[in-house]
Amino acid sequence: MQAIATGARASWSQARARERLAGLLDLNSFTEFLDPTERVQSPHLHLFDLPSAFDDGVIVGRGKLDGKDVLVAAQEGQFMGGTFAEVSGAKLIGLVRAARDHRSLPQTVLLLMDSGGVRLQEANAGELAVAELMRAIVEARRAGVAVIALVGGKAGAFGGAGLTAATCSRIAISAKGRIGVSGPEVIETNKGVEEFDASNKALVWATDGGKTRRLLGGADAFAEDSIEGFRAAAKMLLTKIPAFDLKMMQAEQERLVERQTLFATCNDAVSMWRILGIKESEAIRDMDTGTFAALADSIRGANHDAR
Amino acid sequence: MQSLRFRYTAKRRLSGTRAKGIIGVVASGDLEILLERVAPEAACEVEIATPLRGYDETWKAVVGEFVERSSPGGLRISINDGGARPDTVFLRLMQGSALMESA
Repeated sequence: MQAIATGARASWSQARARERLAGLLDLNSFTEFLDPTERVQSPHLHLFDLPSAFDDGVIVGRGKLDGKDVLVAAQEGQFMGGTFAEVSGAKLIGLVRAARDHRSLPQTVLLLMDSGGVRLQEANAGELAVAELMRAIVEARRAGVAVIALVGGKAGAFGGAGLTAATCSRIAISAKGRIGVSGPEVIETNKGVEEFDASNKALVWATDGGKTRRLLGGADAFAEDSIEGFRAAAKMLLTKIPAFDLKMMQAEQERLVERQTLFATCNDAVSMWRILGIKESEAIRDMDTGTFAALADSIRGANHDAR
Repeated sequence: MQSLRFRYTAKRRLSGTRAKGIIGVVASGDLEILLERVAPEAACEVEIATPLRGYDETWKAVVGEFVERSSPGGLRISINDGGARPDTVFLRLMQGSALMESA
């Protein structure tokens, strides 16, 4: 079901999931599977006196990106934090498994991630969904499917969403995108304010934010925070899908070991940027998209075929 | 959760040919409205699921005003409410009928 189209320059982080899909894909090319009129909703939320959503916060379907057929899934970060639950998880898993099993379907999957992780009210189903989705992505990649994560929603990609992003073929991220497992508040609560001060926004953004993820090679493309920006990034990444074999996994292992040694003495992101050879490391924060993207492309270690 | 259901006979059928549409999102202070062109000619059915109890009269007034203004004949309107204020509900309903008239 198509949303009202918004301008291509509209902010990705501010847009609803349906608006992102409408603008990301070629005009009127989107066909939704299990659309809201089918009312495939959470069977659990009403037990907690909480409202459901007609699509359970995940929109799945197919469409075209620059003329190329793709499968798509988008999480709505504003509904229950875009969380993985029984229905929302099953929709994601079903889509990726369909790509894995049916050559006649598009062999590219775009995941528009915007999620805080597992939905607490459906935690067991949510945890299982994350595990099954990661397995489905790995199996699909082995079968030759390209899975691209687009991370720039307000909820970021935390918990199971952060893990899921890491299993994808490629990741595009914006400055407002965040990838992590435990969120800053969780780390502060468990390990103390000395470990991670969640109220220090500059520290939080430098650690979890898109710029650092890109510089460290945790994301493969840096997108402007606009619908057009993510469309451009997704189109570019489609041409750069890495192999997925033992050789690549070994290379990834070596890269991670090397990274651990390289940054062993660092206690924040800025000190890591310095080691990467970025002289004016403080300037990274205010750098515009184009300048930053070019800088990241020039950093060794930010570009690799691993993951 | 509380369920409310209202039935109306609108002044006329809503113009346009769009069969279905969705607007809004179930977030705090917002709501999601699903519109389907499945009812006979001037009939309009509105179903609401809300976590807040005791606002029956407010819903009735807001939805009644919307039906009076936009005459959404032929629509089944389903709402998942996230605790939206009456003005937000009215705005989303108007957006929804505009969406259904847009094609």
